[in-house]
Amino acid sequence: MHLSKALSSAATVTVTVRAFARYAEILGLEETTLELAEPATVGDAVKLLRKNAPNGHLLPERPLVAVNLEHVLVETPLRQGDELALLPPLAGG
Amino acid sequence: MIQLTPEKISIDTLLDSVEDHSTGGLVIFLGRVRNHAEGRQVRAMDYEAFDEMALTKMAAIAATAREKWPIKKIALVHRTGHLKLGEISVAVAVACAHREEAFAACRFVIDTLKKTVPIWKKEYFEGGEDWVEGILPEG
Repeated sequence: MHLSKALSSAATVTVTVRAFARYAEILGLEETTLELAEPATVGDAVKLLRKNAPNGHLLPERPLVAVNLEHVLVETPLRQGDELALLPPLAGG
Repeated sequence: MIQLTPEKISIDTLLDSVEDHSTGGLVIFLGRVRNHAEGRQVRAMDYEAFDEMALTKMAAIAATAREKWPIKKIALVHRTGHLKLGEISVAVAVACAHREEAFAACRFVIDTLKKTVPIWKKEYFEGGEDWVEGILPEG
C-alpha cells in the first residue's frame, strides 16, 4: 500500500512505516511507504494514517513511536528515508 | 549475550555465556508464562518483537548496567513466538564479584527491559485472545 497526500510540485519526503502487534492488526499492514509534504513530522504521518488507512481512526493521535530504532516524540521531524515505527504500549517480559 | 530467539531458552547456554571465575555472585531472573492475568485463565502466549530495535535496546540496557555496576558478564535473552504455560519468556543473568551488585543490576535490567524494549504479547484465554495492555516508557 502506498498512501500520499494530494501533492502539488512541492518537495516531499518518503518514509517507511512499520506497525507492530495491535497496530498492525488495526491498520491491516506491517509495512508501508508514506509520501509527505516537507517539512513533515511524525505527527503528520500519524495523521495521514489515521485518515487514510483502514481503521486508521483506531490508532491513537499520539502513539508511542520510534524513528530509526530510537524512541521519539510525535513532534520529531521526518527526513527522506527514515523508518517510522508505530509501537503499541510495550509488554515484554 | 544479547539475543531474541524463537527457540526454547537454554539455561545451560545462558550459564555458559556468563562463565567467569572472578565472579562470586551470579543472579538470574527468569520470566515465564503464567496461567492467569486479570482474573482470566491464560492458556498460552504469543510474543512479537520489533527485532532490530529490541536488540538495540537490550544492548543499550546492558551497556547502562555496566556503567552503573562492576559487571563482569551479562546476558539478556527474550523469547518470541508461541509459548505454552510455564515456558521461559525472558532470561537475565548478571555475574559480578559480589552478590549485592549482581542483585541490583539484574533487577535494573529486567525492570528497564519491560519499559523500553519493543516486545508485545497476545494472551490466549478461555473464550478468546487479546493483546496484553502494555506500558508506555517514562519521559
